[in-house]
Amino acid sequence: MLTKTMNSDATEAPETTGWRSSVPTLWAKPGIRLLLLGFVVLGLIAVYFFTDVPGSLAFALKIRSLTVLAMIVVATAVGVSTVVFHTITQNRILTPSIMGFDAFYVLISTIIVFFFGATSFLRADPLTLWIVQVVVMVAFSVFLFTWLFGGKRRSIHLMLLVGIVLGTFFRSLTEWMQRMLDPLDFQVLSDAMFASLTRPNEMLLALTGVLVVLACLAVVPLLRTLDVLTLGEPTAVGLGVNHKRVVMALFMIVSVMIAASTALVGPILFFGLIVANLAYSYAGTFRHVWTLPTAILIGAICLLGGQLVLEQVFALGGSLSMTIEFAGGLFFLYLVLRKGAR
Amino acid sequence: MIVLEGITKRYNGTTVLKDVSIAFGDEGVTALIGPNGAGKSTLFGVVGRLIRADTGTVVVDGMNVETAASSDLARTLAVLRQDNHIAARLTVHDLVEFGRFPHSKGRLTLVDRDHINRAIHYLDLEPFRDRFLDELSGGQRQRAFIAMVLAQDTKYVLLDEPLNNLDLRHMTEIMKLLRRMSDELGKRIIVVLHDINFAATYSDRIVAMRDGEIVADASAHEIMREEVLEAVYDTKVDVHTIDGKPVALYYR
Repeated sequence: MLTKTMNSDATEAPETTGWRSSVPTLWAKPGIRLLLLGFVVLGLIAVYFFTDVPGSLAFALKIRSLTVLAMIVVATAVGVSTVVFHTITQNRILTPSIMGFDAFYVLISTIIVFFFGATSFLRADPLTLWIVQVVVMVAFSVFLFTWLFGGKRRSIHLMLLVGIVLGTFFRSLTEWMQRMLDPLDFQVLSDAMFASLTRPNEMLLALTGVLVVLACLAVVPLLRTLDVLTLGEPTAVGLGVNHKRVVMALFMIVSVMIAASTALVGPILFFGLIVANLAYSYAGTFRHVWTLPTAILIGAICLLGGQLVLEQVFALGGSLSMTIEFAGGLFFLYLVLRKGAR
Repeated sequence: MIVLEGITKRYNGTTVLKDVSIAFGDEGVTALIGPNGAGKSTLFGVVGRLIRADTGTVVVDGMNVETAASSDLARTLAVLRQDNHIAARLTVHDLVEFGRFPHSKGRLTLVDRDHINRAIHYLDLEPFRDRFLDELSGGQRQRAFIAMVLAQDTKYVLLDEPLNNLDLRHMTEIMKLLRRMSDELGKRIIVVLHDINFAATYSDRIVAMRDGEIVADASAHEIMREEVLEAVYDTKVDVHTIDGKPVALYYR
């Protein structure tokens, strides 16, 4: 590293930098850690592909690779959106679901079943359904951002609070409508409201994948700005970040990713909390260049591992989202208690 | 020069700044004093583009704060706020590195690294370079934040109550440091202080605010008079001369 100094009295750096490089443990390098996670993901994919193949291997591989792709797309959407959301809100025990995303998705589906019946819900063209859900969810979030953050008030906290209130409102409205549903319709609806990653619709998967990849590409030039946002709004502004514009852009990116992946597999945001917090402690750095990919890979491990455990241990006697949300709830409690103790 | 003209700011009907016009920049160290709620932090917020004034303009070296690019301003003017809570765990080096963001946008060059090393050296932070901020004492933390502002390499440095929660020794250290930054590096420092004796000892100019207005603006000797200070703070202040320097006694 650099030892040249302009000031004559500033001959310091070598000692401390020397200490840094004299601990050459590979483990300390975020890149090595990330690589290791990548191998774990590849290993899990291999295990998932080749265990218990009932008939033709080619057929099994085709079906299973779709599921794996869906998992990777969802892990990316959930991981990236949660980490970015944490940075924007300066709070690490939130998930974007606090804005009422999940609740809104369930409400949309309930409204469809309520007015058109379960048969039309099941028979509806999945593409139309997906587009409607994505557009309505993105429109909702854009409305919330521009109303509460884009205007004169410009408060993230107010926006979160309104999001919580709206989420509760959506949930009670949903419950009220569901009570008046035909039991059969209700059955169909509640089945559809558990996230399901197996056997996704190919075209929807491709569309969601494209949206998620585009959103990720939009995040890349903002990676270093995201690091600065960790310091909080006042310091970020002092360092020349156009806070309002950057945060608005990030919110849009987050909502597109969430809307697309929720419309693909169902409500699954809660698991972002585990993924993001595991990623922070595993990556060992605040830099988004490392935390974001780490979150994606950990998300993929959770989904793949969860699915394997579900299939092998419980013989599919449950749903993946239930398993993950149970683990997520416990982890959330642990986080809150540990924060309180500190 | 930082030139404020006709700045007015209201919150829900309460006027926090009343048509404030003032220029900073000729003196090395300017102290901003005044009772709580006088509008000092709001004034800093307006200059540091965190708060938008209802009327009036702020021009920093020819750049209008409202319209100029945020990154251009960040290379001219640095602001250190009162409370600096950070959610993530950063080391001192990480924090100081952020000071270079307006220049490098995160891709550090040799020049950037040089600035970082010099700032860390200037604040005697070498032993703590790789320590996390939450492992430091209050004084060390404050120095780390000042090092970040120093690495930002701006002509103007605004500090909002940098002596908060510091003990006697660290308060004196920080004030000496600000004086040095001004004398050796040519920085123009504007600092909000509550201890008027520190203001009198270390600053070239004292600006006193009260109720959103500037009520006094002069050299330390002219401000350190009983009638001036009593008018600013609305409380009894005795000023004595000790070793040829005015000292205010307001403890009784």
